[in-house]
Amino acid sequence: MIDASLFSSALTALTPILFAALAGALCQRAGVFNISLEGSLLVGCFGAVAGSWYTGSAWIGVVVAVLAATAYSLILAIGSITFDGDPIVLGVASNLLAVGLTSFLIRTVFGTEGSFSDPSLRGLGQFGPIPGQSLLVYLSWLAVPALAVLLYRHPWGLRLRGVGERPEAASSLGVDVTKYRYGVILAGGALCGLGGAQLALGSVTLFAENMTAGRGWIAVVAVMLGRAHPLGVLLAALLFGLAEAFGFRLQGIGLPQQATDAAPYVVTLVALFLSNLKRKKGQPA
Amino acid sequence: MSRVRLIAVPVAAALVLGAILLLATGTDPLAAYGAIVSGAFGPDGIGDTLAYAVPVAGMATALAIPLRAGMVNLGGEGQLVLGAISALAVGLYVPGPGPVKVILALLAGVIAGAAYAALAAVCENRLGVPLLISTLLLSYPAMSLAGYLVRFPLKDAGSSLPQSPQLTEGARLPEIDGVTTGIFLVVAVIAVYTVIDARTPAGFETKVTGWAPRFAAYAGIDRPKLTLRLLAASGGTAGLVGAIAVLGFPYRFIDGALITPQYTWIGLLAALLAGASPLGTLLAAVFFAALTSGGFAMERATQVPRELTAVLQAVLIIFLAATSGVFKRKAKRA
Repeated sequence: MIDASLFSSALTALTPILFAALAGALCQRAGVFNISLEGSLLVGCFGAVAGSWYTGSAWIGVVVAVLAATAYSLILAIGSITFDGDPIVLGVASNLLAVGLTSFLIRTVFGTEGSFSDPSLRGLGQFGPIPGQSLLVYLSWLAVPALAVLLYRHPWGLRLRGVGERPEAASSLGVDVTKYRYGVILAGGALCGLGGAQLALGSVTLFAENMTAGRGWIAVVAVMLGRAHPLGVLLAALLFGLAEAFGFRLQGIGLPQQATDAAPYVVTLVALFLSNLKRKKGQPA
Repeated sequence: MSRVRLIAVPVAAALVLGAILLLATGTDPLAAYGAIVSGAFGPDGIGDTLAYAVPVAGMATALAIPLRAGMVNLGGEGQLVLGAISALAVGLYVPGPGPVKVILALLAGVIAGAAYAALAAVCENRLGVPLLISTLLLSYPAMSLAGYLVRFPLKDAGSSLPQSPQLTEGARLPEIDGVTTGIFLVVAVIAVYTVIDARTPAGFETKVTGWAPRFAAYAGIDRPKLTLRLLAASGGTAGLVGAIAVLGFPYRFIDGALITPQYTWIGLLAALLAGASPLGTLLAAVFFAALTSGGFAMERATQVPRELTAVLQAVLIIFLAATSGVFKRKAKRA
């Protein structure tokens, strides 16, 4: 039941969620509530496939994904920071916009409905010692310590957390709150672009309508479970990836797919209960 | 003046953006917009608009109820589907005359949705998991459960699709010109919500909690109890919408049929847009339903993908959210 290929498939499930969850953690630390991760991931998926299709290079696809998702995250940045709009409304709307826009584009650009794949579409391919994993998988792991160092060992991180915890105080010390918040949202968009590229060009090479299927929402949960710390977020995302991979395995011994589909969500909910039992009540994350 | 601008500017901006998209695909924007309007409100389209408005307005109301107190229920899909599958099971297996079956099935839908949403409230009240997260996380297992039930115990043996058998003739909600009579139930729920919201202490407590949570706590409003009640009402309404959906055409549960059209998310947008006010939510929901059914007509008339209307909808909300933020700030300064 538990062997190397279980971990390999857990890693495949983990990577897009991890990228999106790191994006969410970064935003949370700067006091931005970002629930548009789902939409950014989906835009990243579409950008990756479009870029790879038009240029014949998966890596240009990754660049396009990053650019597209970063540009997309401007909706939340401009809407919530410059115009002071409600981040929840903007998040829900931009997630719906991503579904509508990519479904519209798949029909007008590729001329198909539902999903698009083509033998000449280039995937990311395999990299490094672990079979079936792309370079982006390793990049997502590197991002964890990199962000931890940035947040807790670098002046930027100190200012960024100051912006999140005491915006007025940070502002009075000359830290430009607006600039930092724009920065985290756009950087979050870029991370989601990488996650989307891994999802669309990693273990499969295709774009399907709404292919993120709630991964961006799971990332929101992972941010909460991991207390918006890069390492905590990694553990939370790993828990989810393992539950998903284990679920696939259980299907092999005859459990219905629907039971195992539900497993990661139930496991996450239980993990939240347990982590709350240890924590004092009354400090909402 | 400012109120007119508050709506007019975002609408105009969304229309311009849509026109640019249409021009990019080589379509005359005026023709496409004309097709949307005539498709949504013309003699052929008004029935479709109403049929679509029933679940959207129902879900919008369901999600508006806790939103009035500032609580976001992200688990509408799970509550909707659970209500639908429970109503279906009762409609299929409980013996008795038709009308009794229909009433029991509707009740089963309400109870299933309410109990499931109440569970999410318990998660916040007792276990410290924020409502936003608990409702969302509980939603997925509910959808999986319904998917399982309709593939195995409740499957239509004569079909290869993941769908249940049809309900017998007597156990259905009849249709009038293609619109389910469930529309009266949804209107009744909205009427009750309007009265409770405007005229009762419960409605006042809810609004006060939404306006100023700390003041509400100070004034002795029991937040956990309020959360539980609001979520039960919200989930119950969502479950009712699910029950109406299976008791109406096509009189069966089809896996994914309540999820793919995005009733829940469009409903949530309508509720958010209207600040959860009962009539505003209804208006916004009907407007979105008209846009969607107009989109199908536009696709038939001009070959432009109907998803354009989903884009217009979302863009409109984004512009509205942004401009309302600007007005909020101006009001604060004044």
